[in-house]
Amino acid sequence: MAHFDSSHAPIPETESADVAARNARYGLVLFFLYLAVYTGFVLLNAFGAEWMQLELAGVSVAVLYGLALIVAAFVLSLVYGWLCRNR
Amino acid sequence: MIYEPSAVAVVVFAVFVAITLGLSFYFGAKARSAQGYFAAGGGIPWFVNGVAFAGDYLSAASFLGICGMIAFYGYDGFLYSIGYLAGWVVALFVVAEPLKRMGRFTFADALDGRFNSRGIKLAAAISTLVISVFYLIPQMVGAGALMRPLLGFSHVAGVITVGVTVVLIVVTAGMVSTTYVQFIKGGLLVFFCALLTVMILKRGLAVDPGQSGGRNYLPRRATLVANLPPQGMTPLEPGKAWAGKPYIRARDAADRIHVWRIESPRGDSRDAAAMAVDCQTVTLDKTGRRLVNGLPHGRGEGQSDLLPVGNIDALPDNQRQTGAVGPFQFLAVLGRSEIVQWSSEKITEDDGAGTTVYYPATHSGADLLLPGASPTFKGVRGGRFIDKLDFLSLMLSLFAGTASLPHILIRYYTVKDQASARKSTVVGIASIGAFYILTLYLGLGAMISGNLDVTNSNMAAPLLARTFGELPFAVISAIAFTTVLGTVSGLIMAASGAVAHDLMANVMQIGLTDHEKVRAGKIVAVVVGAVAMVLGVLFEKMNVTFLVGWAFNIAASANLPSLVMLLFWKRTTKQGITAAIVVGMLTSLAWVLASAQTFKDVYGLPPETALVPFSQPGIVTIPLGFAVLVVVSLATGPTAREQPVVKSE
Repeated sequence: MAHFDSSHAPIPETESADVAARNARYGLVLFFLYLAVYTGFVLLNAFGAEWMQLELAGVSVAVLYGLALIVAAFVLSLVYGWLCRNR
Repeated sequence: MIYEPSAVAVVVFAVFVAITLGLSFYFGAKARSAQGYFAAGGGIPWFVNGVAFAGDYLSAASFLGICGMIAFYGYDGFLYSIGYLAGWVVALFVVAEPLKRMGRFTFADALDGRFNSRGIKLAAAISTLVISVFYLIPQMVGAGALMRPLLGFSHVAGVITVGVTVVLIVVTAGMVSTTYVQFIKGGLLVFFCALLTVMILKRGLAVDPGQSGGRNYLPRRATLVANLPPQGMTPLEPGKAWAGKPYIRARDAADRIHVWRIESPRGDSRDAAAMAVDCQTVTLDKTGRRLVNGLPHGRGEGQSDLLPVGNIDALPDNQRQTGAVGPFQFLAVLGRSEIVQWSSEKITEDDGAGTTVYYPATHSGADLLLPGASPTFKGVRGGRFIDKLDFLSLMLSLFAGTASLPHILIRYYTVKDQASARKSTVVGIASIGAFYILTLYLGLGAMISGNLDVTNSNMAAPLLARTFGELPFAVISAIAFTTVLGTVSGLIMAASGAVAHDLMANVMQIGLTDHEKVRAGKIVAVVVGAVAMVLGVLFEKMNVTFLVGWAFNIAASANLPSLVMLLFWKRTTKQGITAAIVVGMLTSLAWVLASAQTFKDVYGLPPETALVPFSQPGIVTIPLGFAVLVVVSLATGPTAREQPVVKSE
């Protein structure tokens, strides 16, 4: 916390353009993956009520899919962090 | 409902606020420069920043609003949680790192990184201001809702207390203290919600939730219509107002008015065995007096107060209580239970007074764990495509809105490099995701706790904590309060940066020294704080999550097209960006102001007269923003290729 007063120095670039481009590509792939799962969830809610009522171990697909989306966001963020690690 | 302030609550609350303010002054003494004030000198450790992300994001709306919505309507509130979290995926995978490379203080800076254009700075600064203010409203409403039961303050006094405290925090220290306040609060919030969830699971589900705060809850009490009104009560004439409505009314010897609602017969049982259920009523007469069940509102002799509600009518297999359950078992048992849920109907009396009738109905748990049980989302279950479009629009806006929120974006500038930005987002997603799973349990726990306030969904979480005792109630309320403090201070920081840095220094080109810029930022913080307090009083009645949904719509419409196209389309021009921001912001704002919800809750006009077909603008205005950007960029094309890719300043 020594540099609260380091005022105007621009934030240093620590990653090269190559690395940045590679990370951006990973990011987009993961984004579209998640987008597909999320879109499926939203459409099922709007148009596929009968599917949402199905149960697994007494819990409805609606609830399970929702919980899975939350867990998936975390897992994908870990994957992304791992893919982008500085090599 | 009347809440009695408790001594424990006041003490715990005072300790929290004292610690928050103390930290603020401590860090305030360390930050002197503009970089230090607005971006914490880029020196916040990534873990702290990550939890602070959660602190920023888990606003009063997330905590109070979502818990309330789940407690009142079940699954529909959870849909908001999912949308809010999914938005982080956009932020992390698409926007975070490029932004981090481009900007320094504010969102406008980042957009402006490629073009040194005053137009962009102006448009972006104004959109930051509009979104911040729109997002501030629900926070202030939440603050007011919290202070009432905690300290016995009125809504107005609560809002003012929060406003003043926050302005003090922001003015004394800026981004560093804001970050640490958010860190502490984010951590505490997740931790205590987890603790509360464990307590809910340990208590299990029971048909009779028992007493809370020394008062019994009001179960669904049904009587044969043929036996109503009971002996000794004087029946009331329906008059014009009540004619044709399914109610029976009578006055008893103590002048109390009893109202029963005739339940629509289930299956093929006709009127022979028709039942009616006990209701509670609140009347606001023309002189502004508040009557509960026909008597003045209060707990004394000749007065009446609303009773807490919300319980399980029947558990599967005729059980009375389950004892401790696991997290999945909790959901499974709830899905097979019958739950008493309260709805309301507004009736305008013949003399112009307004009466709200609150009445219970039994719903199957399975039904409440599916989408479409709330008024907001009931279109999902209907056949009309336009209603489904409203739902799709909201889910799109939540998804796209997070990355466009100004107070989330500025947090990317407070760590030292891209790797740290990335790591802090992972920590952020983990804390936020865990929290949203917990809210599902808190909300459902509140639904069956026998301690819901029928008039205010925002109070569900603190009232649930009260059923576990005074201390949990005090702690949860105090955390919720610091939540409000934290989010509000983050928003005010974003707004103050937009005005001081973008508008004054860059657009108007007033030559400000570093020191003057900080001072200008502080003055703006005071003004924005004052505006927020006024709006917080005006919007008292709306569910805070619904208000936040709108803020997301506006943020996504105004900012997302520019952000995304700037990163991925080389022919984007500065005119294109300016036009997209202006058009996206104005159309979404106009849409919200012309929607049925605003007509009903803010202007008091009949919702059918609204000017737009559904209330969430995102699905129209976000693509519109993209289209405007593309068209304007192509029209002004050649300049785009001449523009050198250099950073301003």
